[in-house]
Amino acid sequence: MRQSVRVKTLKIDDRDVGAREDQTLLEVCRENGIFIPALCHLDGLTPVGACRLCLVEVKGQRRLLPACVTRVEEGMEVNTATERLKKYRRQILELFFSERNHICSVCVSNGHCELQSLAQQLGVDHVHFPYRYPRLPVDASHDRFVIDHNRCILCTRCVRVCDEIEGAHTWDVMGRGINARVITDLNKPWGESESCTSCGKCVHVCPTGALVEKGRSVAEMAKRRQFLPYLTLMREGKQ
Amino acid sequence: MSLSDEARQKIQEIAARYPRRISATIPALYVAQAEYGGWLPKEAMVEVAEELDVPPSHVFGVATFYTLFYKEPVGKHVVQLCTNLACMLCGAETLQQHLERKFNIKINGSIRDGTTADGTFTVLPVECLAACGGAPCMIVDTEYYENLTIEKVDKILTQIATQPTVFFKP
Repeated sequence: MRQSVRVKTLKIDDRDVGAREDQTLLEVCRENGIFIPALCHLDGLTPVGACRLCLVEVKGQRRLLPACVTRVEEGMEVNTATERLKKYRRQILELFFSERNHICSVCVSNGHCELQSLAQQLGVDHVHFPYRYPRLPVDASHDRFVIDHNRCILCTRCVRVCDEIEGAHTWDVMGRGINARVITDLNKPWGESESCTSCGKCVHVCPTGALVEKGRSVAEMAKRRQFLPYLTLMREGKQ
Repeated sequence: MSLSDEARQKIQEIAARYPRRISATIPALYVAQAEYGGWLPKEAMVEVAEELDVPPSHVFGVATFYTLFYKEPVGKHVVQLCTNLACMLCGAETLQQHLERKFNIKINGSIRDGTTADGTFTVLPVECLAACGGAPCMIVDTEYYENLTIEKVDKILTQIATQPTVFFKP
């Protein structure tokens, strides 16, 4: 039996919009063609509010709220693109670039990278933070895939797709703060993982060149993620 | 070495308290850490994962996130010396230097550098033990000691050195 859905009305960037009560601000914005950047969010995976790029201003709230995990409320007044937000988003992207070694010109994902495209789109022309240049390993022990920690932004899309869609939970995050890293099983080389099914979903949801197919050269690694909404629909039986 | 039947039973008991077994990860790791003499080798994490039927990568992630799970062997007693603001203003720095000289160790967060040659103590610096009213303070095993002075620390550690380790048990 179909449950009745309640509708909420709110204002986003001075536009009146309607939404189902179970929707998040990010969903409503995207439905209405309002652009909000996000790197950890991916349709079909549980939102975690980790990348902070989707922060929006909500009237009456002193804090900025992440749109991906904020539910709509009746009468909400939301601003998605104020100068303050634009500045913060550029700073967040700059921090991503400074934290690890993102060198687009030699990256297999050059031209197909969400981090790179967002930086271009939001006008990041300088990084105002000193680069950390950490020495991080590249694990090419898997037959078909490679994990390059230098390009990882810890969005945890791989962790979530592996757990929620594939059901293997090979990936997780170890350590904390600046030392955090994605791992397979007990921090073993990926090729020795007992739980990995080699399905490749992690590779295709990865927003950057951190998870890639083996044998790709510079700029050759375009991700394919048409499968994800379909798999999610099947799993939730919503069809 | 592996977990005793008693420890396995304890982990099962804890897991039964939660709607989802994965929620028992932290207390189960504490049980395992006490079994393995105060630290968590990878075998211990695998056993916890098996016992709880949760992914090993999750257990490893939790164990490496929390600083109170030790990933290498520690001394018989772990001393957590607070070096945060309130304690520092009340003399924690002097205590730190005193212990470093006394035991010929470095209190820098590394377990290897902070463990005494005879393996009696591992001294680690920590950020706030939530006992600022009794600054400077430290925890030895599971016990708080406050309003410390060099003489007091020496006395406490001499007494504890010969006593058995007390592990936190959930």
